Amino acid sequence: MANNFGRILSSKRNVGILSLIGAGSLTAGFLLNREHVTAGAQARRVYPASAEYPDLRKHNNCMASHLTPAIYAKLVDKATPNGYSLDQAIQTGVDNPGHPFIKTVGMVAGDEESYEVFADLLDPVIKERHNGYDPQIMTHPTDLDSSKLTSGNFDERYVLSSRVRTGRSIRGLSLPPACTRAERREVERVVVDALAGLKGDLAGTYYSLTHMTDQEQQQLIDDHFLFDKPVSPLLTCSGMARDWPDARGIWHNNTKTFLIWINEEDHTRVISMEKGGNMKRVFDRFCTGLKEVERLIQEKGWEFMWNERLGYILTCPSNLGTGLRAGVHVNLPKLSKDPRFTKILDNLRLQKRGTGGVDTAAVGSTFDISNLDRLGQSEVQLVQTVVDGVNYLIDCEKKLEKGQDIKIPPPFKK
Amino acid sequence: MLNSIMPFGNTHNNFKLNFKVEEEYPDLTKHNNHMAKVLTKDMYAKLRDKQTPSGFTLDDVIQTGVDNPGHPFIMTVGCVAGDEESYEVFKDLLDPIISDRHSGYKPTDKHKTDLNFENLKGGDDLDPNYVLSSRVRTGRSIKGYTLPPHNSRGERRAVERLSVEALDTLDGEFKGKYYPLNKMTDAEQEQLIADHFLFDKPVSPLLLGAGMARDWPDARGIWHNDAKSFLVWVNEEDHLRVISMEKGGNMKEVFRRFCVGLKRIEETFKKHNHGFMWNEHLGYVLTCPSNLGTGLRGGVHVKLPKLSTHAKFEEILGRLRLQKRGTGGVDTASVGGVFDISNADRLGSSEVDQVQMVVDGVKLMVEMEKKLEKGEAIDGMIPAQK
Repeated sequence: MANNFGRILSSKRNVGILSLIGAGSLTAGFLLNREHVTAGAQARRVYPASAEYPDLRKHNNCMASHLTPAIYAKLVDKATPNGYSLDQAIQTGVDNPGHPFIKTVGMVAGDEESYEVFADLLDPVIKERHNGYDPQIMTHPTDLDSSKLTSGNFDERYVLSSRVRTGRSIRGLSLPPACTRAERREVERVVVDALAGLKGDLAGTYYSLTHMTDQEQQQLIDDHFLFDKPVSPLLTCSGMARDWPDARGIWHNNTKTFLIWINEEDHTRVISMEKGGNMKRVFDRFCTGLKEVERLIQEKGWEFMWNERLGYILTCPSNLGTGLRAGVHVNLPKLSKDPRFTKILDNLRLQKRGTGGVDTAAVGSTFDISNLDRLGQSEVQLVQTVVDGVNYLIDCEKKLEKGQDIKIPPPFKK
Repeated sequence: MLNSIMPFGNTHNNFKLNFKVEEEYPDLTKHNNHMAKVLTKDMYAKLRDKQTPSGFTLDDVIQTGVDNPGHPFIMTVGCVAGDEESYEVFKDLLDPIISDRHSGYKPTDKHKTDLNFENLKGGDDLDPNYVLSSRVRTGRSIKGYTLPPHNSRGERRAVERLSVEALDTLDGEFKGKYYPLNKMTDAEQEQLIADHFLFDKPVSPLLLGAGMARDWPDARGIWHNDAKSFLVWVNEEDHLRVISMEKGGNMKEVFRRFCVGLKRIEETFKKHNHGFMWNEHLGYVLTCPSNLGTGLRGGVHVKLPKLSTHAKFEEILGRLRLQKRGTGGVDTASVGGVFDISNADRLGSSEVDQVQMVVDGVKLMVEMEKKLEKGEAIDGMIPAQK
C-alpha cells in the first residue's frame, strides 16, 4: 500500500511543478505541504467508534454489507492527506438504505487516496460489486486500441443508435464529493483548455452551465445533451452537487458525436455516440478522442488518475477499471417477450435498461443494452462483448421472426 | 490549527487555504438571500481560516446559501450555525445578517426573555367559530453539544439520550412517552400521522443543503404527553422543538402550558448539568439565525375568507407584526379561507410580547371579518404600525 501511495505522490510532484508553469494556479506552498503530510492523518474524536458506528440494520448496499464495527473502528480516525474521512465516504450509504432488489454501492471516494486509505472497506466492496475482482492480488488491463474490434457494424433494422461512455479524473485534484470550489474550477480550466486543442472532426465548443444563453440551453436540451443538477439522493447525499452550477459545463464537437460532461458525478464523463449501428466508428472516435485529450493535458503537466490495481479512478467504485458502458438502443419485439430473454442477457454479460437510461422503463420493445462489467477486462474486451452479444440478440430476433427456435448461449467465459 | 472533531465539519478546510481567495470565493451573482447580500470577497478572505472549537468553518455556515440562490420575492437566510460558538467566531458575517433579518437588531442590543404566562393579557376569549386551533412553538439547544448541521451520530444520539431522560421525568399534565423514528411500529406511526404530530425527513433543499438530514432517522423522535397537548421533536432542525397546541381559541391556556412545560424541561436539563444555549444578546441560540431570540412562533388557524381577500389584508398584517401561512405550515397555500396567522418577530421582543401581538391582532382581525360579513367597512379599524 505505502509503495503505491509513494509512487502517486512522487509522480504528482513532477506533474505538479510542470502544472505550476503551465496552469499557474496552484501555489508552490501547496505542493511542498503535501510531501510532509502522511496518509491516514489522525483526527481528534469526542466519542468512541462504538458510539459513532452507523445503524445499518435496515440497509442493503455493498458498504453496509462490509462495514463491520471492527473495520469502522480501524478506519474512522483516518483521513486522506486532503482531509477526507471515512464518515464522509460512507454518508451516501448511511442516508440511502437501498432497495430489497437493487443493491447500490453505498459509498464514494473523495480523492484518489481514498482507495488506499480506506482499502480495508473499499477492497471487499469492489470485490462484491465487480464479480470477484480482488484488488489486492489482481491487475486490470487497459486497452484503447479500437482497431482490434471485429464485427462492429450492426443491422440497422434493429439497432437505432450506438454509444460508448466512460469517465476520467484529473490526478492531483479532489473528486466531486470532496472538491473545493477552487479545485472544481481548476478541473474545468484544465479540461476546457485541453479540449480547445482538439482538431478536425473532434473540434468543438464548451458551454458553461453558468454562462449558457437561453438559446444554447434549448439547443442542448433538444440534442438530449444537457445534464441537470442531480436529484438522486444517492448523489446529493455524497455532496457532489454542492455549489451547483459553478464550474459545470458541457463540451461537444461540431458534428455532435463526441461529448464531454464536466464536473457532474465525475471530473469528466466522455461520450461518443451516433444514430445507427456503426459501433466500430463510435468506438474508434471514443479511443482517438480519449487519447488526444490525454495527450493535450499531459502537455500541460497533468495526467489522468490511473493505477494497475484499479484502472481508471472515478468517484463511484462501480465505475472503476474501464468506467466504460458501451451500449445500443435496439428493437427486439419478439425476443423481449420470450421468457428466456433475461437468462440470455445474463449469460452474455449484458444488462438492459429503458431508453431513458438507468432506472427507466423500456418504451415499446426498444431497449438500452450494454455491458455489465467495468473492472477486470479491457475496453476492447468489453466493447467486443457488447458487439458479439448484440449480434447474438439480433440473430435470435431474426430466428423468432422466421418461427425458428433460439438457444440460450453458454455462460460467458473471459 | 485543530483537526476537526466532528466528521462533517469540512475536515479539509486547512487544505483549502492553499488556494487563493478568488479561487474559493463562491459565485453569488444570481443569489438573493441574506448571506449573499452580506458576504463580500473581503469578508470571505477575513473569515475563511477561522473555525469554531468543534471545527465548524465559514464554508459550512454558508453552504446552504450557496446551494440555494433564493427567490426573487422570498428572502431566505442562507446560512446556519453549527454550534453555539458559530455566532461568535463568524459574528462579522452573522451580525449584519441578524440585523437585516430582525429589523435592525444591533450587536449591542439586549434581548428580553419573559416566560411568565401570567403577564399575557386576555387570550382566552378568541371566538372558536373563527379560531379553529391555537399553537405555540419554540426551539431549544442543549449547551455543550453541536447543532444538527454539524453533529456526528455519537453526538446526536447523546442529545437524544439526554432529552429522553429529561422528558421521562415529567409528571402531572406533562406525563408522556417518547417514540423514536427508527423503532416506531406501524400502528404508532399511523396514530402520530392522524394526530398531525409526525414529522418527516426534511425535503426542503434549504435544510438538506445544510446537512441536517444526515443519518436519518437515527436518533430522531417525537415525545408527547398523554393528553396530546404538549409535544417535543428531537433532532429535526434543532435539538428540540417544543410545541403546545389545542383545538379552539384558548391561546391563554396554550401559552400557560407552553411556559410551564418549558420551565420544567429546563429545570430537568439543568439538574443533569446541561442548560440550554442562551445569552443576553441573542436570547435562545438555535440552528437558523431566523429563530434567535425567543425562537417562538405563536399562531392560530383562523377563518378569514372575507378579510383575506380585502385589499388591505397584507398591510394590516404588516402593521400588526403578523405573518400568514397556509394551514400546512411554511410554504403552503391557504385552504378554504383558513389561514395560519402568527408573529413575525423572534428577536428583540419577549415571548409574552410576541404572543400578546398574536392575541390582540387575531382578535382585531376576527372583528374585522365579522364587520365585512355584515357588509360594513373596516377602514376605521385599521391599526397603527406596532
